[in-house]
Amino acid sequence: MFDGYTSSELMSIFAMQGFAGLSLFSVFVLMAMGLAIIFGQMGVINMAHGEFMILGAYTTYLTSSFFQSYLPGLFGGYFFFAIILAFLICAALGALVEWLMIRHLYHRPLDTLLATWGLSLIMQQAYRSIFGAREVGVDLPEWMMGAFQVTDLVELPINGLFVMIIALSIAVAVYLLMYRSGWGKNVRAVVQNRPMAEAVGINSAGIDRATFALGCGIAGIAGAAFTMIGSTGPSSGQAYIVDTFLVVVFGGAQSLIGTIISAFGISQAQSTMEFFLSGSMAKVLTLLVVVGILMLRPEGLMALKVRR
Amino acid sequence: MKSSSPLKWFGSREGLYYLALAFLLAVILPLVLDPFRLNMVGKYLTYAFVAIGLVMCWGKAGILSLGQGVFFGLGGYCMAMFLKLEASTPEATAIQSTPGIPDFMDWNQLTELPWFWEPFHSFSFTLIAVIGVPVLLAFVIGFAMFTRRVGGVYFAIITQAIAAILTILIIGQQGYTGGVNGITDLQTLKGWDIRTDEARTALYFVCVGMLFLCLFVARLVQNRKLGRILVAMNAQEMRVRFSGYDVAAFKIFVFCLAAAFAGIGGAMFTLIVGFMSPSFIGIVASIEMVIFCALGGRLSILGAVYGALLVNAAKSGFSESFPELWPFAMGALFIGVVLAFPNGLAGLYRSYVMPLEDRLFKRGKAEAQTSAEPVATTASAEKTDDYDPMINTYSPEKS
Repeated sequence: MFDGYTSSELMSIFAMQGFAGLSLFSVFVLMAMGLAIIFGQMGVINMAHGEFMILGAYTTYLTSSFFQSYLPGLFGGYFFFAIILAFLICAALGALVEWLMIRHLYHRPLDTLLATWGLSLIMQQAYRSIFGAREVGVDLPEWMMGAFQVTDLVELPINGLFVMIIALSIAVAVYLLMYRSGWGKNVRAVVQNRPMAEAVGINSAGIDRATFALGCGIAGIAGAAFTMIGSTGPSSGQAYIVDTFLVVVFGGAQSLIGTIISAFGISQAQSTMEFFLSGSMAKVLTLLVVVGILMLRPEGLMALKVRR
Repeated sequence: MKSSSPLKWFGSREGLYYLALAFLLAVILPLVLDPFRLNMVGKYLTYAFVAIGLVMCWGKAGILSLGQGVFFGLGGYCMAMFLKLEASTPEATAIQSTPGIPDFMDWNQLTELPWFWEPFHSFSFTLIAVIGVPVLLAFVIGFAMFTRRVGGVYFAIITQAIAAILTILIIGQQGYTGGVNGITDLQTLKGWDIRTDEARTALYFVCVGMLFLCLFVARLVQNRKLGRILVAMNAQEMRVRFSGYDVAAFKIFVFCLAAAFAGIGGAMFTLIVGFMSPSFIGIVASIEMVIFCALGGRLSILGAVYGALLVNAAKSGFSESFPELWPFAMGALFIGVVLAFPNGLAGLYRSYVMPLEDRLFKRGKAEAQTSAEPVATTASAEKTDDYDPMINTYSPEKS
């Protein structure tokens, strides 16, 4: 597939596609972070994760329309309000869903999968009824348009860069929260040994609810960031859900670093191959390789060393 | 179970359930419905094959596969490839630039038949492939996963990814597979036109027959020691392993069995509906198949048939009159079947209808005794002998 390219051409192709892959990487990281928390820490499969993301995206869309009509002077900064709002709304809905549904199903992970799939169907149809089947996009503020010219061939769009910055800051924030805060210590204690954690006075039910809400909230931020680089439709979330689950599983469910590494690997592989093959074949090959590796190494790239 | 004569079995309660289903499918529905509706019921029934497979695989053995659409689709595509080749004779395709190959290949500038299409000129090969291809894939997946002790949600996600891969592959490789439209315009099976009303009615009965064949295979498996090991494995995998059973082998077996059922269902689908397309394979289609099984009752093979019929009938009904309400109903069904009645229709039947039946049976017994007949009724004698598929309950409280 490399026939007819000189090595210098190949280098710039790789560089170009590599930068293009970074924007996919940011989306993967943002979506996978929320999933990694919910799935990795709680063992719950949230099939409605994509729909939580879309909820964040629609929140951003509404915020931007609101700012456009009532506060045009502040339009440049609406995105920061939107992110916070998206996080809060998604987290609140997440907590509600946990209370109504998930908490009854902790000992039945496969049933959670089905129940959240049902939830995702309902949410999708609700978006379709409220916002219409057409995809909506937001207007970017002035400062987010344009691009940095890195070399002749490579240029970085500012909005893509901005999304990447959000992705990395979320990753860092999650890391700090999980591994450097008292609350994170409680979460990890509940994950590792629930009865003992309860015995030392940790409110495990509260931890579960907060963890689930946090994961959903991060999905909301992912959705807000998503509007910066693409348009949003009722079923946009579903398009990403399989990829994102593979990212999380491939990275090793309980490892945040693993999730980031696998998001990077998968997005780069896909984006580089897309140049040489058709888009669909690139995706098939990437997924096949990931599934193949998972069959050989089911615990994922960065497995937590546990004795079974 | 003791060997009882087939005749006696039909008089037992379980036998009556099977007879009732057979009566419904083979007598009542063909009499009540016009050929078009009957054809639609036939289409729903092809999903029942998948649902029976899922009862064995998910309900009994606890392996949730979200990729049953893959096997359904493979079976369907094998059959569709045969029918398409039969429809693409050089005479029928004379206007193409390369006569004798399927029309979509010609549109995609292919000049000869790809190698993997060649064997599908043979009908006997196709019949083998309808079961063989899904089983082979299931074996490869199962062998790779189960020997490494991958299970639960990981297995579900990976099977889902495989469904995604196959769909993208089929859509992307338009010249070889017909792309997003699928393989359409199928006409004859060994010279027999499958598009007429008579042919469709005949195919419906073939489908019912095949369904009962699969039901009896599934029943055979569940009533043997094999079936009990599957259930035991679901509840206490370690204990079964330490008792000396090769857990992976049993899992591979039941996964392949489910794939075989799905493959047969897919082939029947192609025959009854008259085309095959990637939309019946993908993630959404595959996960819907799980709800057929879950609604019927995840442990009841008969329930699975009713589940597939009901969900699909409801889907067509809703889609005809209130298309925007269907996703809400479907979503509520998923949530309800998990939270409110995890044993599905079979569970509801057992808790509400069976007590009534018991009373009926008891009254029959009392009358028999008053008339001084010296035998215990067959019903009560059989009940202890026969394993009742509706007796064992799914208990959500296990770890």
